[in-house]
Amino acid sequence: MSDAGPGLAAPPPPIPPLPDPPARPRWGLRALVALGMIGGLALLRLGLEAVLIEYAQRIMMLAGINVILAVSLNLINGTTGQFSIGHAGFMAIGAYAAAFLGTHLAPAAAALFGSGMLADAVTFNLALVFGALLAGLSGLCVGLPSLRLRGDYLAIVTLGFGEIIRISFNNAQFLGAATGYFGDSPAGLPAYTNLFWVLLWVVIVIIVTWNITFSQTGRSLAAIREDEIAAEAMATPTTRLKVLAFSFSAAGAGIAGGLFAHMQAGIRPEDFKFDKSIDMIVMIIVGGLGSVSGAAFGGVFVAVSLELMRDLHEYRLVLYALLLIVIMLVRPEGILGTRELPSIVRGLWQRAGARGASSGGAER
Amino acid sequence: MSEFLQQVVNGLSLGSIYALIALGYTMVYGILKLINFAHGEVFMVGAYAGYYSAGWLGVNGYEASGAGFPLLLALVVLCFAMGSVALLGVTIEALAYRPVRSAPRLTPLITAIGVSLFLQNAAMLVFSPNPRRYPAILSEVRFEVGGVILTNIKLAIFGVAMVLMLGLYLLVHRTWTGRAMRALSMNADAARLMGIDVNATIRATFAIGSALAAAGGILFGLDQITINPLMGVLTGLKAFVAAVLGGIGNIPGALIGGLLIGLAEQLTAGYLSPDYRDAITFVILILMLLVKPEGLLGIVRQEKV
Repeated sequence: MSDAGPGLAAPPPPIPPLPDPPARPRWGLRALVALGMIGGLALLRLGLEAVLIEYAQRIMMLAGINVILAVSLNLINGTTGQFSIGHAGFMAIGAYAAAFLGTHLAPAAAALFGSGMLADAVTFNLALVFGALLAGLSGLCVGLPSLRLRGDYLAIVTLGFGEIIRISFNNAQFLGAATGYFGDSPAGLPAYTNLFWVLLWVVIVIIVTWNITFSQTGRSLAAIREDEIAAEAMATPTTRLKVLAFSFSAAGAGIAGGLFAHMQAGIRPEDFKFDKSIDMIVMIIVGGLGSVSGAAFGGVFVAVSLELMRDLHEYRLVLYALLLIVIMLVRPEGILGTRELPSIVRGLWQRAGARGASSGGAER
Repeated sequence: MSEFLQQVVNGLSLGSIYALIALGYTMVYGILKLINFAHGEVFMVGAYAGYYSAGWLGVNGYEASGAGFPLLLALVVLCFAMGSVALLGVTIEALAYRPVRSAPRLTPLITAIGVSLFLQNAAMLVFSPNPRRYPAILSEVRFEVGGVILTNIKLAIFGVAMVLMLGLYLLVHRTWTGRAMRALSMNADAARLMGIDVNATIRATFAIGSALAAAGGILFGLDQITINPLMGVLTGLKAFVAAVLGGIGNIPGALIGGLLIGLAEQLTAGYLSPDYRDAITFVILILMLLVKPEGLLGIVRQEKV
């Protein structure tokens, strides 16, 4: 009777240990790094805008927005292992909220700060944050009841919520209903989005998700993914953490929506159809479910590959679907799996070092 | 009152189409625990198979009167569509689902989404994205009963759906294949140990579910007059909601769920606003999952460690 029972499953892959926490956060240094980064991004933007044609810039911005979408969706779908296929709804909420506030805040900001870059920056970022808050809040409202459900039921509920959100915008007269929201001016929504803001928000979202993923909370989320019942038995507050991850993820989609809205003259409910949610799923699956860098890669990949395939016209979506099926059949964990780019690079580095050392030994 | 009855009649005929499609979802879920997202597209291909076979048989007059088929030819169209789409369903299962059958549950789900996308876009290439007017396989005859307008098409939709569902019921409960299906859905490992050919049974499930969806596609085309390559998306989702509502994995549940969804949709469109006819389905779904996630006729299964 010493054997373990036959019902025991194979143990989940070991989770690497947490890195040692730094002794004390050095805020002055962090502020300097942040300032340097902002300066660097501003220079980068000027450089890119000088070099690239407008079309290429637009693809870069779309890629950045995709990265934000993928990285934040990955928090719930990859890290936590819950399956949301309605994130286009949260993106829509962020987009409409940011577009609405951006339109109505602009006069007040202009009165306060004059009509320069400062007023635009204040308006835009307030609008983005407002969109993120509203999306996060609706994520909370959707998540609280539905995250009690598991697996594919959750998928269907999020899908249903996504559709309900879209249909609501489709019928909201003050937001232009089915024709879409174009702001108050005849030129459409103010075009605040540029490469600098997209890149800045990409960096912010990646830093925040990275820190969540590799904090104690992130470990708990991964525990929920590996085995929810076991995590619960270890006193992990599973429902609370799932709702938290879901709201964060929704807020990220909201930011992406805000950036997307201010990139063009107007937004329409049909920009946020079920297909958009599928696009996001494809991004995180290509890169690897549960990997922040994988999701970022997937976001860029989807934006660029869809553009490269533009010449193939109607064939491109067929190819895109085939790609999804082939990835699932051949490498279901995605290209990176749950691994992160830094650890892969470190692994390659060490392997190269080891090979160098061993070949040196063979010579002697 | 007669307006209400009219909505009920329309709702029941639409609902029986949903029920036909829901059966495919529920059978596949019962056995593979997979939401077959491509099922809505299988339904769409069924509608096109009916469209083309009617064309080959020489019906291209679209006038509702006098252009109808003899009943026999209508049956030929139905059988052709059901047969060819059953083949499609089996092919999808063999190429896309069988290789990932033992993978974690999300992998087949994503594969199914991929198949669905593929069929949508392939259909746009092959059938062109433009909506098409459905051939008048049956010529419409209207008659009035107590202030309610009935058409022979609505009656035929209801009748065909009920006959097919009765057939399915008999197949599942009176044949060896049906018994194998039920055994698989209870416990796949034990069923295999009892000598049931798992692959053949799953193949049969996909064939039957797809054939029913194809019949649904033809009835949908007759009812809604136009078809297009994206018609399977929303209809498929609604049929899936119907399956969940009745209790997924449960065949009578799919019938009840389908009829209820059809009724709810028509009544919303008639009394609230047509804008919300698509939203009501999802509201019902969410309420249902929050209150009774196992569905109206479903059985609670305790999750074991």
